[in-house]
Amino acid sequence: MTAATDTLNPTQGDHAGEAHGHDDHGHHAATGWRRWVYATNHKDIGTLYLWFSFSMFILGGTMALGIRAELFTPGLQFWQPEFFNQLTTLHGIIMVFGAIMPAFTGLANWMLPLMLGAPDMAFARMNNWSFWLLPPSALLLVISLFVPGGAAAGGWTLYPPLSLQFGMGMDLAIFSVHLLGLSSIMGSINIIVTILNMRSPGMTLMKMPMFAWTSLVTAYLLIAVAPVLAGAVTMLLTDRHFGTHFFKAVGGGDPVLFQHIFWFFGHPEVYIMALPAFGIVSQIIPTFARKPLFGYHSMVYATASIAILSFMVWAHHMFSVGMPATAQLFFMFMTMLIAVPTGVKVFNWIATMWQGAMSFETPMLFAVGFVCLFTVGGFSGLVLSIAPVDTQMHDTYYVVAHFHYVLVAGALFSLFGAVYYWLPKWTGYMYSEKMGKFHFWWSMVWFNVTFFPMHFLGLAGMPRRIPDYPLQFTDFNALASVGAFCFGLGQLFFLYNVIHTIRGGVGKAPANPWEGAHTLEWEVPSPAPHHTWETPPSQELVEKGLKEQAL
Amino acid sequence: MRFQRALGLAALLPACTFAIDGKYTFQTPQTLIARDISDLHAWIMAVIVVIFVAVFGVMFYSIFKHRKASGHKARHFHENTSVEVLWTLIPAVILVVMAWPAAKVVLAQKDTRDAEVTIKATGYQWFWGYDYLDYGFGYKSKLATPREQIENYKGQGAAKDTHYLLEVTEPLVVPIGTKVRMLTTANDVIHSWGVPAFGVKQDAIPGFIRDTWFKAEKVGTFRGQCVELCGRDHGFMPIVVQVVSKDDFKVWVDKKQKEAKAAADDPNKVWKLDEMIARGKTVYDANCAACHKADGAGGGPFPALAGSKIANGPMAAHLGIVLHGKGAMPAWQGLSDTEIAAVITYERNSFGNKMGDMLQPKDVKAARK
Ligand code: HEM
Ligand SMILES: [Cu+2]
Repeated sequence: MTAATDTLNPTQGDHAGEAHGHDDHGHHAATGWRRWVYATNHKDIGTLYLWFSFSMFILGGTMALGIRAELFTPGLQFWQPEFFNQLTTLHGIIMVFGAIMPAFTGLANWMLPLMLGAPDMAFARMNNWSFWLLPPSALLLVISLFVPGGAAAGGWTLYPPLSLQFGMGMDLAIFSVHLLGLSSIMGSINIIVTILNMRSPGMTLMKMPMFAWTSLVTAYLLIAVAPVLAGAVTMLLTDRHFGTHFFKAVGGGDPVLFQHIFWFFGHPEVYIMALPAFGIVSQIIPTFARKPLFGYHSMVYATASIAILSFMVWAHHMFSVGMPATAQLFFMFMTMLIAVPTGVKVFNWIATMWQGAMSFETPMLFAVGFVCLFTVGGFSGLVLSIAPVDTQMHDTYYVVAHFHYVLVAGALFSLFGAVYYWLPKWTGYMYSEKMGKFHFWWSMVWFNVTFFPMHFLGLAGMPRRIPDYPLQFTDFNALASVGAFCFGLGQLFFLYNVIHTIRGGVGKAPANPWEGAHTLEWEVPSPAPHHTWETPPSQELVEKGLKEQAL
Repeated sequence: MRFQRALGLAALLPACTFAIDGKYTFQTPQTLIARDISDLHAWIMAVIVVIFVAVFGVMFYSIFKHRKASGHKARHFHENTSVEVLWTLIPAVILVVMAWPAAKVVLAQKDTRDAEVTIKATGYQWFWGYDYLDYGFGYKSKLATPREQIENYKGQGAAKDTHYLLEVTEPLVVPIGTKVRMLTTANDVIHSWGVPAFGVKQDAIPGFIRDTWFKAEKVGTFRGQCVELCGRDHGFMPIVVQVVSKDDFKVWVDKKQKEAKAAADDPNKVWKLDEMIARGKTVYDANCAACHKADGAGGGPFPALAGSKIANGPMAAHLGIVLHGKGAMPAWQGLSDTEIAAVITYERNSFGNKMGDMLQPKDVKAARK
């Protein structure tokens, strides 16, 4: 290790408890691109993750607009059907793996050490790796658009035998998924070890912030399922090039096997995108209701039971492949059961608001918006869980509506809430409330205009993943397309507001800009200095905050 | 289930009040199962609307009454075991009330016994093949909407018919009031055969046979689309079912059987080259042109046949790849000996390929072993 990398790795010194002054070592010497490429500081890495995620969100969003432009009227106007399928596939993969998941890892990186009173993440060097695997994998996906045959066009689920038919775009997608999986596993190890080992004195597991809990459970889920996905796509790869027949019926393979493996990964994956959102909202609502979170313990149990149940419901994505009646019934009952812990969570959030002294700054607006719309997504999920009803809905726009209510209004809205909530801590400046509120209301309205009509399209039977449609679906598609373009436009206001804040916003932020916030990150100055909690917070400080949170 | 249906309607769910056929909600159910599904949906929606109003009522009451701006002081309670137990148990009970009728429908849906007619639907890229197993004939059912209506690339394109994208060259014909068992399978990738008005949707999986059933209650034409992403023309493989009276069905079956007999190839016939090429062209256009293009130019992952090594190389390799498939190319075992002989002969003597050789059905028969 060179001297330069050594000084860039300050946490090791901090761990040993050596006094480690700021100026003498010159950590800040790493400037320009070196600061970011060699980054091991959790805040820098968190920032990298968040910007990466936002650029992927814009890229994936542009593709969504490509889809919606084509679907504005019946007939083919912009794309050849092959390219349309590539757009849907890349949009799905990029949004899931490029936008939502890295955003949550970025938040965990930025906030967990601050909230737990730790100086950094447990494995700073690995943290650098887990981030820097992402850009190359994104690049592979983008490059795949330009290789012969184009990008993978089998949907984000990559079902064989269809996925065995594509050209090398598919192989690039497979490698990309491998890298993403590796990155997720490393990120998860870091999160788990940090949470389990580096909490400040007095903060037991049952007293740590909900965001830490949901991050912990999510990280376990990821470690459990990322290898499953890697296995599935590796089997695809060998079927494609090395003469195996895992999924090829001609050689005795079973195409449905892939679906079982994929969804054994894929269902927990949807909770990987939902649980951290639950954590964020559980931080925001108590703050702006000026009341402790209602039912902390049942929140923890509900999180854990959702995680466990998520492994037993995968086949509800496959009700139409033809299962025995008993299997159909088992998966239907298990799926319905998830409504119970999810309901407990929603009730707890509402009970937290009940009799509070609520104010509605932008983070709270997004949190309340989340509760409303996520509940709608949960209800449509309940409808889909009923196997016979799913016979009508499966692979129609009803499903598209359902998962966008949980992913856009769930994951994405919670992320917006989180950004506004912690932006003062990150930048040291207050964002413009006016612009923030505008962003919320704009997104709220156009989100619903985009996705609510899709329920009707699905009920009436419009299949998903089609570039052109029968005439009775015309009106709702036009409406959804208008909504999508407006929604997309709104996200540029968001970008503007964030940049405006970084440049000074509407003034300096105090250490704790929120009256009702009591977690540890609000005890450090704003902006959070490069190094924080080099000495752990005192037991009194920790307990003072816990008392305010009624823990 | 009548009580639940009434409840469902009473809840005035948006989907029901607007009920204009096939636009805001399900197509009008035409079978018992489709009606059960629609009732189940109405019942669940009723429960959901009630819960929705209750839960959101509480939340919005709180949002309006308990705001700091109106001077409300926070009360710091944060736990109440009995409330928490209650709101775990009550939803669990509600779920049971939903699961019970749903389970009954699942069992009915899965019961394909005692069917009177059995039809096999085979998914191809990108059309459906139907085989009437009890009557010994079959045919292909393809999109009938002309390309000019679909392609708007240079402006508006041709005006679109009412049944744009939902019309086929030859629909599936079934008798009314008869339990029809649909077997599904596929030739290349997974497709899915579904007709919403009948409440059926069953994936068609290569190498496997799955089944579902329906018993249509009304004469008429009912439409659906392939519902599993199956590649380029996934949006262009409709399913059209024509329900006819039992007598009409008999007449129709008779006619089809006679046609089939007349069209059947004699496997022992020895063909002449130009005859074989002409026959091969129809086979090619029906099965191969979708990927390799009508002029053999190929595209994307699908190689060109014009000037290809296989089509201009040894006959055995050419026959092998058609029979057994490779990579994206499916195995075409399902075609008859005559069809395979014809299509290979056509490929070797078209698109500028000039091999001048040909296969006879008996050569294919021998190669199959
Ligand atoms: C920003 C607004 C967005 C719009 C307008 C949008 C629109 C769409 C559309 C039109 C489809 C195609 C549906 C189909 O044909 O099956 C789609 C698919 C999908 N979207 Fe989005 N989307 C948005 C954001 C997101 C986000 C934030 C996620 C987060 C995970 C996401 C995840 C997906 C997934 C997983 C699919 C399925 C892709 C597939 O069929 O393989 N979308 N979206
Ligand atoms: Cu298909």
